[in-house]
Amino acid sequence: MSGGDSLMKRLADARKHGDVSRLADAIPYAKWMKIAPENTTGELLTRMRYHDTLIGNTYLPAIHGGTLGAMLEMAAIFHLLWETDTPTVPKIVNITVDYLRSAGPRDVIAAAKVTKQGRRMVNVFAEAWQDDRSKPVASASAHFLVQSDDAPPSL
Amino acid sequence: MSQTPMLTTPEERVALFQQLFSDTIPHNKALGIKVLAVARGLASMQIEWREEFVGNPETGVLAGGPLTAMLDGCCGMAVATLLKEPKPFATLDLRIDYAKPAVPGKPVIAEAECYRITRSVAFTRAFAHQGDPKDPVAAAAGTFMLGTKGEVTRAQAVSKELVK
Repeated sequence: MSGGDSLMKRLADARKHGDVSRLADAIPYAKWMKIAPENTTGELLTRMRYHDTLIGNTYLPAIHGGTLGAMLEMAAIFHLLWETDTPTVPKIVNITVDYLRSAGPRDVIAAAKVTKQGRRMVNVFAEAWQDDRSKPVASASAHFLVQSDDAPPSL
Repeated sequence: MSQTPMLTTPEERVALFQQLFSDTIPHNKALGIKVLAVARGLASMQIEWREEFVGNPETGVLAGGPLTAMLDGCCGMAVATLLKEPKPFATLDLRIDYAKPAVPGKPVIAEAECYRITRSVAFTRAFAHQGDPKDPVAAAAGTFMLGTKGEVTRAQAVSKELVK
């Protein structure tokens, strides 16, 4: 699939300027959700900026679990693009999200790490928190194909 | 008789669930989730393809996020139909298998089943497809914790309004 080309070009551009946040501009869904990577602290983090349409429970109130899964998936993708030498846009195979605490109406931040790097398949772990990093609101483990033509391309 | 009028037609049921599980849940409303069908232990929803849901602008293929959110909501709705008494509940974990890319421009339909419910936990399965249920774009398995903290929402109290 040729679809990755523009994002890979965007990646080269972001690297040249040392500004990872440029990656989010290439993905309509990330823009709509206000999900973007940042590397201001030297560590690659992904932030989902709070906005009212993230709410899934108006009584608590709490952020919709689906949006936490979505931002953990984006955090894993941004991590693979920025921190590994993936030759193509990673294609997600599956993801398992654990919901640990309810997430309040505030920004959510996530960090990801590669658990196992294979030639074609990568396992990534990602964790999301709000005010206190030691109290995560959700975590996820996901598989991505990083080099194959028959991959299920989600991104 | 109960104070709440029983819902007699499928159309009335769908309209009520549309209101409780999409129109009054900000993120589901933002996704434009349409409730297609509901029965005890079963739920079906749909999202339209929209430009802002795209994960890859070159191909127009949807990002995983809108599907994840719809599948989570659809599994939750299937759980709500089976509660013997209203109680707050929350997703414990959710696994999504991305079987194949969704065809751009076409709506995606989710069909969920709650196949087992206990006092503390409900187990669900769901598929997402684009018209042929035997040709899914994604599969999901969700587990829900029942009796979590907080107030019961109207959506979580819906089962008493369902026809037995």
